[in-house]
Amino acid sequence: MSPYVVIAAVVVVGLLLFVAAMGARAVLAPRAPTHAKLTTYESGVDPVGVDWAQTQVRYFVYAFLYVIFAVDAVYLFPWALVVRNAHLGAVSLVEIAVFVGVLLVGLVHAGRRGLLRWL
Amino acid sequence: MNEVVITQPLEVVLRAVGVLAAFLVLPLLVGQTEHKVMAHMQGRLGPMYAGGFHGWAQLVADGVKFVQKEDITPAAADRSVFRFAPAVALVPYLVALAVIPLSPSVVAAPTNASAVFVLAATAVGILGTLMAGWASANKYSLLGAMRSAAQLLAYELPLVLAVASVCLAAGTLSLRVIALDWQPWWLLWQLPGAIVFLVAAVAELQRPPFDMPVADSEIVFGPYTEYTGLRFAFFLLSEYAGIVVMSLLFAVLYLGGWQGPWGEQVGWIWTLLKGFAVAVLIIWLRVAWPRLREDQLQRLAWLVLVPMALAQLAVTAVGVVMFE
Repeated sequence: MSPYVVIAAVVVVGLLLFVAAMGARAVLAPRAPTHAKLTTYESGVDPVGVDWAQTQVRYFVYAFLYVIFAVDAVYLFPWALVVRNAHLGAVSLVEIAVFVGVLLVGLVHAGRRGLLRWL
Repeated sequence: MNEVVITQPLEVVLRAVGVLAAFLVLPLLVGQTEHKVMAHMQGRLGPMYAGGFHGWAQLVADGVKFVQKEDITPAAADRSVFRFAPAVALVPYLVALAVIPLSPSVVAAPTNASAVFVLAATAVGILGTLMAGWASANKYSLLGAMRSAAQLLAYELPLVLAVASVCLAAGTLSLRVIALDWQPWWLLWQLPGAIVFLVAAVAELQRPPFDMPVADSEIVFGPYTEYTGLRFAFFLLSEYAGIVVMSLLFAVLYLGGWQGPWGEQVGWIWTLLKGFAVAVLIIWLRVAWPRLREDQLQRLAWLVLVPMALAQLAVTAVGVVMFE
């Protein structure tokens, strides 16, 4: 039997744990909602404005970089399996060095352009 | 060492329940250790009353308290997402725990590509935090979720690269085979990668000094601000389960897991002990260091850890190609 059957069973057990715990809470915990309790918490004063506030998303450059590098990292794992192959070893090392090197240049460029600053 | 083969449906159930038992015990052990270690480092005693002997039952008592607390869903919240987020945060760590081998035979789900699987599973847990932050409809939660997203993007990368380096060194994606191949001199060979992994893991768990997303002096408790009672406790439990997963992973990847005196017989004890030592180190980091500012966090990840992880990768690759 595939080990992934066990993983599926673990997911089911985890969800059962959540459901069982929430069931226990429903039995044991009091329930007395009031308007003040259900109000959005804003350090004790009445909430200002509507529910979702606008904020500047500062990390979109990081998100781009992450996607690029994450794809890069995914290719490293299959390489780990073939690097010991006598026909591929040294050649694949050079190829991966070029592959990662191009991305590294990109990272250095982003750093020099000041894109890796939060503010 | 024999491969583990699963044949009976009953065995599947027993293995899943075994993982659950470990999942409910180990995080509490780490939590209690944190209470006591942190207290003694700060010249306090920590919990002393619950259970009698040095407050050993403190976290059990906390659990009993949490289950009796009122569960509040704010009127403005996105109700179903808000209520389900704790499960999304918690279950992935349970799944990750299932594939980490404590010894060649003591592993719940002996998958082949377990190193990649663990990374994938732990990355899902982060979605729980983002769901909580967005669904709360609270400004503190939203800011916290933004910071979480940026931090997790930044630190996922060095983490993955560090693991890739170990996979390269062992020539496999299986945690079991990695630990079987491990040699003591890897401690030196993989040292930069190990440091990157540890730092990135602490950041991934949003533990101090990388707890900007839940910085209490600025944004109350970040994405978890609106949570009460048991749902809040589940987020805390997932943090400690995360420490367990990352510590055991560190022990298997970098410290040889079950290798040690009498490793053939009691290997799983070695893995647990090594993992526990790493967990104490993670607790120590919390006590020893102040919180990093958000821009410092990002600079550390992109300008120190990512280049360091890539350098480690180069060292590993050259070592493998030259000497094998």
